[in-house]
Amino acid sequence: MPWYKSTRASYYKHLFRNMIVTIIGVSFVPVFLVSFTIYYAFFTAYQEKINDHLMALVENHKKQIDSFLSNRLADILFLSESDSYGQFRDQAVLDANLHSLRNSYGGIFVDLGVVDADGHQVSYAGPFKLSNVNYADALWFKKVMRDQVVVSDVFLGLRGFPHFIVAVRRFEGDLPWVLRATIDFIAFNNMVENIRIGETGFAFILNKEGELQTKPRYNFNPAQGCYGQFLDCSKPITSDIHIDERRDELDNDIIYVTALLKNRDWALVYTQKRSDAMAEMRWAQRISIFIFVFGGISIVAMAFILSWRMVNRIAESDQAKEMMNKQVIESGKLASLGELAAGVAHEINNPVAIMVEEAGWIDDILTEPEYKNNHNIEELQRALKQINTQGKRCKDITTKLLSFARGSGSAIRNMQINEIIEEVITLSSQRAKYANIEMHSTLQPDLPEIRASETEMHQVFLNLVNNAIQAMEKNGGSDRTIHFKSYVRDGKIIVEVTDNGPGIPEAVLGRIFDPFFTTKPVGQGTGLGLSICYGIIRKMNGDIQVKSTVGEGTQFTIIFPIQ
Amino acid sequence: MKPVEGNHPPIRLLLIDDERGFVATLSKRLAKRNVKATQAFSGREGIQILRKADFDVVLLDLKMEDMDGLEVLKIIKIMIPDLPVIMLSGHASEETAHNGMRAGAYDYLTKPYDIQELIDKIASATKSDDE
Repeated sequence: MPWYKSTRASYYKHLFRNMIVTIIGVSFVPVFLVSFTIYYAFFTAYQEKINDHLMALVENHKKQIDSFLSNRLADILFLSESDSYGQFRDQAVLDANLHSLRNSYGGIFVDLGVVDADGHQVSYAGPFKLSNVNYADALWFKKVMRDQVVVSDVFLGLRGFPHFIVAVRRFEGDLPWVLRATIDFIAFNNMVENIRIGETGFAFILNKEGELQTKPRYNFNPAQGCYGQFLDCSKPITSDIHIDERRDELDNDIIYVTALLKNRDWALVYTQKRSDAMAEMRWAQRISIFIFVFGGISIVAMAFILSWRMVNRIAESDQAKEMMNKQVIESGKLASLGELAAGVAHEINNPVAIMVEEAGWIDDILTEPEYKNNHNIEELQRALKQINTQGKRCKDITTKLLSFARGSGSAIRNMQINEIIEEVITLSSQRAKYANIEMHSTLQPDLPEIRASETEMHQVFLNLVNNAIQAMEKNGGSDRTIHFKSYVRDGKIIVEVTDNGPGIPEAVLGRIFDPFFTTKPVGQGTGLGLSICYGIIRKMNGDIQVKSTVGEGTQFTIIFPIQ
Repeated sequence: MKPVEGNHPPIRLLLIDDERGFVATLSKRLAKRNVKATQAFSGREGIQILRKADFDVVLLDLKMEDMDGLEVLKIIKIMIPDLPVIMLSGHASEETAHNGMRAGAYDYLTKPYDIQELIDKIASATKSDDE
């Protein structure tokens, strides 16, 4: 019977639940703790690594851009020192210089111009028509007049094209003059635009006013959102490299790395979505979650299966223990009853023997001539005979009690149980015929031998047959049979004695092996027959079981161990 | 009631049993059947009587207080090996009786018994003794 159907189902259910919870708890808690510890440590380390990497990247580029700018400035400074103001005013000289610059640096230098102290461009070499242009109001001009050198912000200027200017101021006598060069915006832009990582990483340069100095990869308005605040207020940038993280209006975490360059005039900003920067981390995260979920499912399944099996085992052993307990109680009951029976037999039989003897003596006396004509003589003799008969009955009972208590004591030898069954059938056939009962048998030939006492075996089977005959006699009916069957199963010899008599009511079935239990009228049965059978079979380490259905019949199954 | 033999001298029987009432009654019943029973109420007493007188047969209870019936039987068999001994088993145990048979008893009876059964066994024991 499976445990969930047993009478203690709720107990086992409770046990089952506890086991599952314990197994899952014990397995999950450490996994959780370890996973989260490792995850946290790894996440932090990885984040640091990403930040360091980005900062190194930006710093590297900052240096590159800084050195590009200062080199270009140095180029112009060097150029300005190579010739005099007068020379530079000569268009041909300026053209030649531009030519040699472009030869050396590719298309970086777009044009060259010489501007006098009033802001007039006195000579110009380049693709645009910018001769005699007045730069007096231009921001870069004012700056260069003040600071001697300038790298301007990017602006459209007169040419309507984004560019910036590198200019140096020199003196011709007391009069200052300016040599200026325009740097190709596209060449410069490429330097910045090359900083690109992942899908969302890109870099740009802002000036102090928050205006873009390069053309970023993605269109966005630098004045909007946090870009504008960056340089102004929120966090005054103190160190050269600064890393920060903000959340944009689309709820993306964005990393900003900022480096100041060009004497803190410009800021090189690199931005990337956090999720993009941590793409590898996401991947690892996803695998971990998958393993975690998969492992979790395995643990739960294992907990379920393990608990199920354990509870099954426990229920099985509980059942076995219960059955054993029952047997122990049963045999203990029989043993103590046996001792009592033996004592009673000894103590009762002697007085009964004396009583019978005394009755015999009275009988002897009554044969004397003087009593011969007494009119009560027949009554007295009848009474004495009754005393004698009842005395014999007492003796029968004590004999049975003693054989129940310690067996009848006949020699134990190897024997074929089939032979015993055939003898019993022969012995009972006369009585069975008289009661209109048929006896037959299906015996498996060549059964292994058992070790038993012949008289005990006779006793067992005769008892069963007698009981069956008595039960069927009483109830009459036709087609009454007693069937013997012997066979081997699981290394044991099984003998079944089946009748189709009236059957044994269930209320009685559990007690039929108890000593002194009888359904026969008082004086007709001792109630010891089946308990003696039980005692004999149990003593041989065998077992005797009964199955019965009222109205259909009774089957006794005797199980003998093979020696 | 059938005596052992009509005009024959009575059979001399030694009855050893510690149940005094039983011994007295049985002696009287045997006397009526031409068996003269000498009474002994313990194993020890029985053996002492055996030393002084001759008997045709001994009726010996198996269970007595002073001595086990089987012990008494063994002593009797050493003293007078040819003397037939019929055992009376008071506690209905065939096993003890079987042991007695093995120790050389002539026959055994379990109490209570039919007097005729006893007389038959005595007759057969003494007859074979005569032969």
